[in-house]
Amino acid sequence: MTDAPKRTPLYDLHVELGGKMVDFAGWEMPVQYPMGIMGEHKQCREKAALFDVSHMGQVILRGENVGEKLETLCPQAYATLKEGKARYGFFTNEDGGIMDDLIVSNAGDHYFVVVNAALRHQDIPHMQANLDGVEVTEIFDRALVAVQGPKAEEVVGELCPAARELKFMETAIAEIGGVECRISRLGYTGEDGYEISIPEADAIRVSKLFLAHDDCEPAGLGARDSLRLEAGLCLYGNDIDQSTSPIEASLSWAIQKRRKEEGGFPGAARIQKELTEGAAKKLVGIKPEGRAPARQGVGIQCAEGNTIGAITSGSFGPTVGGPVAMGYVSAGHGEPGEKVNLIIRGKAQPAEIVALPFVTQNYKR
Amino acid sequence: MATYYSEDHEWITVEGDTATLGITQHAADQLGEVVFVEQREAGDEFEKGGEIGVIESVKAASEIYAPLDGEVIEVNEALADNPGALNESPEGDAWIYKIKLSDASQLDDLMDLDGYKALIG
Repeated sequence: MTDAPKRTPLYDLHVELGGKMVDFAGWEMPVQYPMGIMGEHKQCREKAALFDVSHMGQVILRGENVGEKLETLCPQAYATLKEGKARYGFFTNEDGGIMDDLIVSNAGDHYFVVVNAALRHQDIPHMQANLDGVEVTEIFDRALVAVQGPKAEEVVGELCPAARELKFMETAIAEIGGVECRISRLGYTGEDGYEISIPEADAIRVSKLFLAHDDCEPAGLGARDSLRLEAGLCLYGNDIDQSTSPIEASLSWAIQKRRKEEGGFPGAARIQKELTEGAAKKLVGIKPEGRAPARQGVGIQCAEGNTIGAITSGSFGPTVGGPVAMGYVSAGHGEPGEKVNLIIRGKAQPAEIVALPFVTQNYKR
Repeated sequence: MATYYSEDHEWITVEGDTATLGITQHAADQLGEVVFVEQREAGDEFEKGGEIGVIESVKAASEIYAPLDGEVIEVNEALADNPGALNESPEGDAWIYKIKLSDASQLDDLMDLDGYKALIG
């Protein structure tokens, strides 16, 4: 992909705010603002932060029985997803690997789907080819902005009282600053907060309304990554991919009971088998004991010195105050408390397997 | 006492055949908040272009490359407990090594402050 990176409707705002722009999945995005990744991370944990996530794909599905049809591509119970509710899920392939993860919302007269930026070119044709009789429309004229943190309800609720009424994983249409937005109470930080789909012409103006609140500051992709890692949330391409199954990825919580029992989704044979017999490897939290961050690709050895897996995401956790990581370990390993060694630049560094998340998730249920 | 700069954004202040080595403010600004520094030990010898340490920010790990041949004679131990000092005073308290030069003529390959300012624009 040699095309020039694309710009979101908030590009001019990022530049105005001093954002350090980088190419991410073909989009020119702010990795951080002058506050810095640590400050932005803590801002989100303690108050509220605003993220531009417009690079993600927003898709509208219209037709008869869209929820039932989505169940042929995803192991989630979308047929019974109630109006006004959102649910995390993933497309699986025939081998039971994860093609992408996504959020599906039942918006009443249609379904609203958000997919990863790098995979919109895969996911949209996938839905068009396989959702018979469903009109699949990618939205290009709306920004997607996340306001996250314990003060998010105050920041957004002041402009949009209806936002206060939403619970975690609920979605509604509401007016913000005189413009109709889709507002969903969810996110990718482990904190309470919202993702708000805004018509592009109003995106900067509405974002500035949020930023006008004393407790809301802009945050970039750097903080987004450290926040989601501390919250134990998977990043597609790092922690999950076409070869990893949802069971290996410790995502069985995201497959509803009926679907686990009935199957009927791509790769059900492998996924149902792993549910009963266990998977060959599993994704776990890993806490290095020293100060050296363990990055993607670092090998994990058990106490006896055999390699049992590798780190898939690793960084410094500003709230934890030290390095944090996630990685896969082979079956028979991975109980919280197990001591392991991480091979960082050729040297064994002690670490411990820990339960995820690294920080308590603060969702408004 | 003279200070030289490398294209890898290091500074070297030379006194006789020993020198102090660190990274420039520009480099520190580009790295972002430093959370970990991996240093060599006193007595380690190194060659120009070889890796002599790693600086990790929240986002990424960056190698430190030796601007000339030499030997580590002292390590700034304070960076282990306070890696963030590299953002605050990279050209002052947060020096990385004191080194012994093997070949002072290699200093001719380095830049002076004017040259370095031209490099970083």
